[in-house]
Amino acid sequence: MAKHETPLLDQLESGPWPSFVSDLKWEAEVRAKNEKGIDYQIPVDVCDDLLGLLELSYKHGRTHWKHGGIVGVFGYGGGIIGRYCDQPDAFPGVAAFHTVRVAQPSGKYYTTKFLTQLMDLWDLRGSGLTNMHGSTGDIILLGTTTPQLEEFFYELTHEMGQDLGGSGSNLRTPADCLGTSRCEFACYDTNDLCYNLTMEYQDELHRPAFPYKFKFKFDGCPNGCVASIARSDISFIGTWKDAIQVDAAEVQAYVDGQTPSNGGAHSGRDWGPFDIVKEVVDLCPSECMKYEGGKLSIDDRECVRCMHCINTMPKALHIGKETGCSMLVGAKAPIVDGAQMGSLLVPFVEVNKEDDYQAIKDVIELIWDYWMEEGKNRERLGELMLRQGFKTLIEKCELDPVPQNVQHPRTNPYIFWKEEEVEGGWDRDINEYRKHHNR
Amino acid sequence: MAFVSSGYNPDKPMENRVTDIGPIKYDNFYPPVIAKNKGQWKYHEILEPGVLVHVAASGDKVYTVRVGAARLMSSSLIREACEIADKHCDGYLRFTTRNNIEFMVDDEAKVKPLKDELSSRKFTGGSFKFPIGGTGAGISNIVHTQGWIHCHTPASDASGTVKATMDEVFADFQDHRMPAKLRISMACCLNMCGAVHCSDIAILGYHRKPPLLDHEYLDKMCEVPLAVASCPTAAIKPAKHELPDGTKVNSVAVKNEKCMFCGNCYTMCPSMPLSDTEGDGIVLMAGGKVSNRISAPKFSKVVVGFIPNEVPRWPSMVDAIKNMIEKYSEGARKYERFGDWTDRIGWERFFDICELPFTHHLVDDFRDQAYNTWRQSTQFKF
Repeated sequence: MAKHETPLLDQLESGPWPSFVSDLKWEAEVRAKNEKGIDYQIPVDVCDDLLGLLELSYKHGRTHWKHGGIVGVFGYGGGIIGRYCDQPDAFPGVAAFHTVRVAQPSGKYYTTKFLTQLMDLWDLRGSGLTNMHGSTGDIILLGTTTPQLEEFFYELTHEMGQDLGGSGSNLRTPADCLGTSRCEFACYDTNDLCYNLTMEYQDELHRPAFPYKFKFKFDGCPNGCVASIARSDISFIGTWKDAIQVDAAEVQAYVDGQTPSNGGAHSGRDWGPFDIVKEVVDLCPSECMKYEGGKLSIDDRECVRCMHCINTMPKALHIGKETGCSMLVGAKAPIVDGAQMGSLLVPFVEVNKEDDYQAIKDVIELIWDYWMEEGKNRERLGELMLRQGFKTLIEKCELDPVPQNVQHPRTNPYIFWKEEEVEGGWDRDINEYRKHHNR
Repeated sequence: MAFVSSGYNPDKPMENRVTDIGPIKYDNFYPPVIAKNKGQWKYHEILEPGVLVHVAASGDKVYTVRVGAARLMSSSLIREACEIADKHCDGYLRFTTRNNIEFMVDDEAKVKPLKDELSSRKFTGGSFKFPIGGTGAGISNIVHTQGWIHCHTPASDASGTVKATMDEVFADFQDHRMPAKLRISMACCLNMCGAVHCSDIAILGYHRKPPLLDHEYLDKMCEVPLAVASCPTAAIKPAKHELPDGTKVNSVAVKNEKCMFCGNCYTMCPSMPLSDTEGDGIVLMAGGKVSNRISAPKFSKVVVGFIPNEVPRWPSMVDAIKNMIEKYSEGARKYERFGDWTDRIGWERFFDICELPFTHHLVDDFRDQAYNTWRQSTQFKF
């Protein structure tokens, strides 16, 4: 018997898509029965009360969660988000319901052993409810009480060898696509770069010292499966400098209809026979391809690496061999001054595991030096760039501006010339001037 | 319940403390076929919706069965996924950025038993626990935020809007009939914890009433200067306020006509709540993408200014989404993403085709970037 009536939420149990309501009810029941004999450290009826509180939100059309309080674990300024409901008397099980962010492994691969151990810990010390995963990438453990935080953290680190993720004005837990681990499009090992930078910058991740949040995301290729260009202060997108590798025999297999185009992605509709000219050559955004006399040729110097031809014929075309990544900076959601996408700061940088990714770290640290010096409270890097100009950031990163940085050059001549750029400097003698120019 | 100590000593918090160890290194979690063939993958193919094969230079193959999931999931469900992974996948599984779960096997013969097992699991309410799909030119899982389940700033619920939408577009989660992939995202306020601003279709929770002012507590709970500084339109100023009992307190005043309902003030000051039954609801955006394929990444555009929160299934919102998807599916060319289609036909034609009203709410008037959205051309369609 459910603790609270939930007539509105009950309507979200039907239909084919996995019902979170059914799942919450299931967990409520599992806790109530407690067949494993767990010594639950937070209220047993936490899931019941969450359902009850959510039903109330559905009834009111308003949230019943208050601002987070300042809770956390000793020595860290992030990783835990305090959460209290505004109806604690009616729903005591979720009176305090703090979020714990656990840093996810690169590529989000898991063993069942790890997940089971984490769930054992979370059933004991929390609600048993999770988000797999939060938007930034962390494993989100939803709902525990303040006294359990240190206990949970102690067991997480000691027994599992696993750490919390980031929150607040710090480096947020970096996230990546699965990269070379299982994708032929990946231009670099996203899993390793993500892991390496996460470890290098543990201090920045756990102890807020920044003006605001800062996000790294790693896309192995310009398809952008983790959306780094839309939502990370520094977006690392794999790319290459040399020629697309072409297997002529496999191209022919696509032309002959032996291999399904686009990796079989269009199998749900009859689009007619594959037409390499119409579907590949004519859709190339830089018009750098030709198909003549049964032969596909690519003017690689003119290629902008949009991935369309490679996506469409993955068995025949392969990314180049001289791979690395582009770094784009300043993406953010609309709060406060409107949404921004990443702007191309570094067109190409080597992703070199051998030297511990030094070239990349050099740029990151110059960006941080600048942002920490000039950024205002709660000012994202993208907003600072708008305020002080992309040119300033390029300069602070000790880079030479290149046409790749911009879509087109400026359309106004309001150039902030520096004194040292102008012959003779700015100090002039008005009396000397007046010798030749009467008042 | 008795308190169970972890071994942590509150009197000596630094004793045996382990910190800054980060996540466990990824390669501890790679299935053997992944570890062996990393960096050596030749190509992939989607064998059917939800089932992929990746082929390595060594000739090894990894078959992936992708299933959708509500990102809000219980430990019981995770245990059940683990049980299936133990039985079929040697104890390995992974999650995708879009909240899907991927089960991988190294032999084609193992695919069918795995699929059968996944498809057979249902919740007591009747919904699938592990619906197979989410690949290719179809509709994948919706990335979303917390909503009313666990956040203080939402203007709508996330899990409910997602469930309502996915139930209605479920056939396309398991099909490849779209002209290109179609990505739906949901964010319950414009903090946008999910990157919905670059999605083919974005569901966004939005407030429409200025903040309430809890004068009696405001100065005790908030830093007035921070609240004032948080406002992007300078609608908030410090003000003295006289309480009913005659006490004068420091507080703020809000110029309501300058408020654009972003909620940034509430983030800084809990005494300025915005949420409201009638005021809150859904904005629909469309035509964004993050991929560089053919065209550059683009922002989603607001196509419906407001839809009320019709709990528990948001029928008007879901109908509007389904209508846009059908019109896109009928009108777009193969490989054309939603925003490429609207760019080709023109937004004036989009509103025609989708029979959506174009109202003053859709003409941008926020800051300099608004200018770039107005038409500076005589090229347009009647």
